Amino acid sequence: MKEINIFYNALETLPVLASKIKAKQKKIMGYLCSYAPEELIYAAGFHPMRLFSSKSDIVQAEQHLQAYCCSLVRGVLEDSLSGRLDFLDGTVFPHTCDSMQRLSDIWRMNGKYEFFADVILPAKLNTQSARAYMKDVLTGFKKDLEKAAGKEITDTDLQNSIKKFNIIRKNLSKIYALQSKKPGIIKGSDLYTIVKGSMVMDRDEVADILPVIAGNLEKIDLPPKNIKRIVMSGSICDSPDIYSAMESAGGVIVGDDLCTGQRWFEGQTQVDENPMDAIAARLLNRVICPAKHFSPTARGENLVSLAKKNRADGVIFMLLKFCDPHAFDYPYLKEFLEKQGIKTLLIEMDDQQQNSGQLATRFETFIHYI
Amino acid sequence: MSDKLSEKRKIKSAKKMRDIMTTYYLDAMTAGQNNKQIAWITSGGPVEPLVAMDIIPIYPENHGAMIGASKMGEDLCIKAEDMGYSSDLCSYARADISCSVVKGGPIGGLPEPDMLICCNNICGTVLKWYEVQARFYNVPLFILDTPICHTRYSPEIAKYVQAQIDEYIAFLEKVTKRKFNYEKMAEVGRLAFEAQLLWQKVLNTTAHKPSPMSAFDAFFFLALIVTLRGTKIAVDFYKELLGEMEQRIKDGISMVPNEKYRLLWDNLPVWYQLKWLSQKFSDHNACLVADTYTSAWCGAIQYTNKDNFIGSIAEAYTRIYLNIGVDQMAGQVLDMIKFYNADGLVMHSNRSCKPYSFGQMDIMKIVREKTNLPVLMIEADMVDPRNFSQSQVETRIDAFMEIIKQKND
Repeated sequence: MKEINIFYNALETLPVLASKIKAKQKKIMGYLCSYAPEELIYAAGFHPMRLFSSKSDIVQAEQHLQAYCCSLVRGVLEDSLSGRLDFLDGTVFPHTCDSMQRLSDIWRMNGKYEFFADVILPAKLNTQSARAYMKDVLTGFKKDLEKAAGKEITDTDLQNSIKKFNIIRKNLSKIYALQSKKPGIIKGSDLYTIVKGSMVMDRDEVADILPVIAGNLEKIDLPPKNIKRIVMSGSICDSPDIYSAMESAGGVIVGDDLCTGQRWFEGQTQVDENPMDAIAARLLNRVICPAKHFSPTARGENLVSLAKKNRADGVIFMLLKFCDPHAFDYPYLKEFLEKQGIKTLLIEMDDQQQNSGQLATRFETFIHYI
Repeated sequence: MSDKLSEKRKIKSAKKMRDIMTTYYLDAMTAGQNNKQIAWITSGGPVEPLVAMDIIPIYPENHGAMIGASKMGEDLCIKAEDMGYSSDLCSYARADISCSVVKGGPIGGLPEPDMLICCNNICGTVLKWYEVQARFYNVPLFILDTPICHTRYSPEIAKYVQAQIDEYIAFLEKVTKRKFNYEKMAEVGRLAFEAQLLWQKVLNTTAHKPSPMSAFDAFFFLALIVTLRGTKIAVDFYKELLGEMEQRIKDGISMVPNEKYRLLWDNLPVWYQLKWLSQKFSDHNACLVADTYTSAWCGAIQYTNKDNFIGSIAEAYTRIYLNIGVDQMAGQVLDMIKFYNADGLVMHSNRSCKPYSFGQMDIMKIVREKTNLPVLMIEADMVDPRNFSQSQVETRIDAFMEIIKQKND
């Protein structure tokens, strides 16, 4: 599909993508977390860009972070220190885990970019005071952005931004739903590229292309195939090889609980209310990340319901090594799923080094087993 | 003669503290028989409202330290790994989680909680750890969410944490089905404030040359300011300890026999190697005079109002050492180096504690630039000995002390 190729081409080289965005007089704001209030950044006239590690060798970051820090945090710091992110005009750090929190300090102390903001979100999301605080923090961030942009962010700006991101989210949900309904309708690596592109590319462009892709996929009919339906759970999954290895093994990913997947895009922001309230409400009500608290069993319930809704034959945990919040949840999530008769597989990854041969074997064994 | 001298060096108050801690744990073990409730609470959490409500506070982290010191960490950590917990997770958490199941460790497991109080001012790990325990024990969990003050304590943070202090009290009233006693709270607050002042004074005595005690002693005497803060027992004890330290100064009794070099320690202790490390530094005539860890329990006292304790704890509990930016932490390390007149800094890069350890390398760089002092970083873990190589650490300490000697002699 030629529309999908646009995503592939855009992601090929990040600096080229960045220079095209900058050619439109847009400043680029990077961030590493799916709780980053993209709508506010966009409404300020900036380009929100999710940062991923280029997976280059760690050299300069060795001087700042020990080897037991996760490969995402070390990898992105390496990219920054070695100049690979020099196109950035600023960075935004929403509060997530302990490692990100310290990365934010180190990043700020190195002061490489013009704009810097900590968006210190609440860690618990289930109380009235946390809701009020969320709104306060977003309001403060909006002021920081206005100062940087030298203009006021009006309610109209916000409404337009919300509409834009809603189109992106709605169509990503639609594409996922189609893949779940007709598994194999889109290649895993294509899906990965579309989702990643939607976090990185010009959002006007993304919002134009996604409905076309969704529309095209809707028209495709697939004869039912003998494949296993897989749900993935974890933090980021930044490798197209994982998706193709899964397909070679006879499985299709029909849903995910990833911060580079459904956790990020599911759920619309309400358009008919006060836009700041609506943005806060979406962040409070979305599927939670393990670094946040809603209830002691919220993630287990979410994952079981996601697996059931997608009639998953198995759930694969793709966990980044040294990612504490996910590692703490793994034993109970596995237990919750197994109680429902859903089998699981744990893959511990390092963003830096991926052994695709071994991965393929483990997938095959799992697919045979379920 | 030397026996007599080493006897003289022993801190007399140590026995009293052991007795107090034994009584504390015995009371906790028999809480049910005395109709008392038990709350598990994180080490940085506000314990004072619990004391005011006559609820017995139990510290899984203190228990973790005991497990580490009694060298039972490895076994319990492996048991947690068998349960599916990654070996990269905090060893306090791993040891505590498996201990709840197998009832192991030096005291056969902790008394079961009636409620859990988790304050994330020390890390995000406690949030996950307490969720695990909330599922295991099926008891109410209260989370005091103290947003990190990277650069400042903002009005938004102040409002949010203050609201949660009120929610905390409401939570305690609900769980205990009793009214909160504000009068008693005021008294407990005064005692907590006094104990913190005394603890600070005890720690300050090591500014004297030679130092009457070392950080290794502070690691031990810390237990009361953590567990019994807000009680008269803690105040009385630290008065006595302070008196003993002042007397030692008068009598010229030092902890390290020939103290020549003074060092500052950063991060949690390596609980299973305290004796060896202490001896190792002592052999080099070096005393670890202070540390960034034990001072955390009085470091935020400037934000506490003893006459309006409950109204000021939001700020005091939010602005503790670990809940601030790395540059501010470096500032505090520099202040300590100056105050204690340290000749070098020893940093424990602790695999178990990411918020404490990440940023250390930047602090190291700042300290080197601003003071030109030697800095040593040793790789270890507070409880899990599998992450400690004695021969490697020994070589590094020897080399580090060689540099210190060359600089000072």
